[in-house]
Amino acid sequence: MNKHSFKLVGVALVAASLAFAGCGSRADTGSSSGGTTGKVATIGVISPLSGDLSALGLGIRNSVDLAIRQANESNAIPGWTLKLSAQDDQATPDVGKNAATKLSSDDTVVGVVGTLNSSVAQTVIPVLASATIVQVSPANTNPTLTQGEDLANPKRPYANYFRTCTTDSVQGPFAAQYLLESGIKNVATIHDKKAYGQGLVEAFTTAFKAGGGTITDAETINPEDKDFSAVVSKVKTTSPEAVYYGGEYPQAGPLSKQMKGAGLNVPLMGGDGIYDPNFIKLGGTDGDLATSVGAPVDSLDSAKAFVSAYSAAGFSEPYAAYGAYAYDAANAIINALKVSLKDATDAKSARQATIDAMASVSFDGATGKVAFDEFGDSTSRVLTVYKVTGGEWKPEKTGELK
Amino acid sequence: MDLVNLFFQQLINGLSLGSLYALIAVGYTVVYGIVQLINFAHGEIFMIGAFGAYATWMVLGQPSDWSAPLSILVLLPVMIIGGIVASVAVALLTERWAYRPLRNAPRLAPLITAIGVSVFLQEFVRLFYGYIPGFPDAKSAIAFPSVPGISGATIQVGGVLIQMSAVFTLAALVVCWVFLWYYVNRTKTGRAMIATSQDPDTARLMGINVDKVIMAAFAVGAGLAAIAGVAHGLRYGNIDFKMGFLAGLKAFTAAVLGGIGNINGAVVGGLVLGVVESLAATYLGASAWKDVWAFVLLILVLVFRPQGLLGAKVVDRA
Repeated sequence: MNKHSFKLVGVALVAASLAFAGCGSRADTGSSSGGTTGKVATIGVISPLSGDLSALGLGIRNSVDLAIRQANESNAIPGWTLKLSAQDDQATPDVGKNAATKLSSDDTVVGVVGTLNSSVAQTVIPVLASATIVQVSPANTNPTLTQGEDLANPKRPYANYFRTCTTDSVQGPFAAQYLLESGIKNVATIHDKKAYGQGLVEAFTTAFKAGGGTITDAETINPEDKDFSAVVSKVKTTSPEAVYYGGEYPQAGPLSKQMKGAGLNVPLMGGDGIYDPNFIKLGGTDGDLATSVGAPVDSLDSAKAFVSAYSAAGFSEPYAAYGAYAYDAANAIINALKVSLKDATDAKSARQATIDAMASVSFDGATGKVAFDEFGDSTSRVLTVYKVTGGEWKPEKTGELK
Repeated sequence: MDLVNLFFQQLINGLSLGSLYALIAVGYTVVYGIVQLINFAHGEIFMIGAFGAYATWMVLGQPSDWSAPLSILVLLPVMIIGGIVASVAVALLTERWAYRPLRNAPRLAPLITAIGVSVFLQEFVRLFYGYIPGFPDAKSAIAFPSVPGISGATIQVGGVLIQMSAVFTLAALVVCWVFLWYYVNRTKTGRAMIATSQDPDTARLMGINVDKVIMAAFAVGAGLAAIAGVAHGLRYGNIDFKMGFLAGLKAFTAAVLGGIGNINGAVVGGLVLGVVESLAATYLGASAWKDVWAFVLLILVLVFRPQGLLGAKVVDRA
């Protein structure tokens, strides 16, 4: 083999190794026991069960499992037994799409809780929509998923999609409102170019400028990067009073650590994607801030029942940031199923009826009142700013977006 | 910070990032120089080195209250040795069981095997690291132990802030470079390496044990990768099972940039790549473009100087 063809092989291999890095799918099927015998309806979960974001994804799976176990125990839907089918999306759109295809080919599936990532939702929703399966996300905060690309003229793209969390169009402005109220006027932004991070930063930037603040520098990073020293040095020259980061904790933790290491001693603020204990483990330091949807779970009376049931169920992973929202999402589906499955002969024929029943779902869940507006968004606009204090996330301020 | 300081700050950032690439790139180049194999699993050897150092720290009882001198003089060297032992052992096992049986197979076979080994090692660590009693699960990132005096410590030179972890990485590269020069040019095994890379058949006729030389090449590359693994842990504060993928790709790029098969080329290629990435992030468009410029440089070098920056024009014997 001569030198040239050898080089070609090398290039092809690099390309192939890049392409295959995102491949492969693993399924993780949880079990739900108890309940009456009879017809079976399955609630699917699509979330990252392995990889960097698995702490969040496993919390979602377990919380849905809990809701299903409780429904079976109380015989919530007479004549039907609910089952869980949890699929790993590895936080990757392609893998998520495969998981959605797998679930929609299962005739017993009547609803899906997921996904964690907005970018994965973009490939999952169309698949589930074509199979008329209701999808409720506990964590997708990208506004375009429910309101369409043109946010000035919102138009709902998919009738089967709902969410129990608030969106970036609320979260970004809430962060801007908090920083301006704390007297911080100069902020640099960094995002990871994913749908979630970019959406968050755009919403933040608009609101922050409207409130009289200045964006000193707008940068991006690659989600695979480990080294942020070049970006940090560049941001540092613009002397921001805080850095607003759109992205998730696997990058945000090291980024905060490298900021402080490079002498940029200002708080890093992010959205719910960094509100996780792992953010601090990976380098988040005291003073860093995060907004998250809803009021702090352990401060709500409504959440206490969920928290105690979760610890009694003996899961090996914590419920994490989205557990309570996933629990509410599963219960929203179960409430809709109470209507749609009552006279149904099989699960598949009840799919459209389940979507129709979602609009009138209204109950007091773990995170407060659960109901959906005409776009499928949660009607709640309550958010909380959390601050790292003594190596732990502590609620700093809960409020409603003005 | 004024513009001059920013330039020097980015230069330092780039040099320390480049040192990391260079330490890994040497492993690609040494193995390629002798067996003409691009060992795509080398990025994973780097990852194994970091996990080996972490395991050593766990076995030592997670010492976190040692004083700075004691940590630097005892804890860090012990962790490095632990990392080297792990990565050299794994590299020799892959050489013995994956590559040696394919020594005389067409060149594509060991290349594909290398990708298989890479996937295997990643998944092995991901799935089984947590089974060692008391060890954390490696399915997501693990916080690397901080070494007092290095982790988080900085020194100020003029307006430029230098992290001790960057000093460690640069110093490690210099020490390894000197060691390599001595090893290759002044020891018997090193000279046997040169001979084998020039002509393995004649070398064998001269009484050189070619298998041993190849093992030495894998071991040297793995040792340097392990040091890079520890430097990575100190620098970024965490390690994960797929850290070897992107680092390996960048280091391979550095090796090609410098001229694959040439040790000095790997070092120069790594440093150039790191500096270009850092400076491009500041001066050539937004930070998102840094990889674009790094690969534009690679393409330009390959177009105008296909043998790489320091690669010699040699007649390919295969």
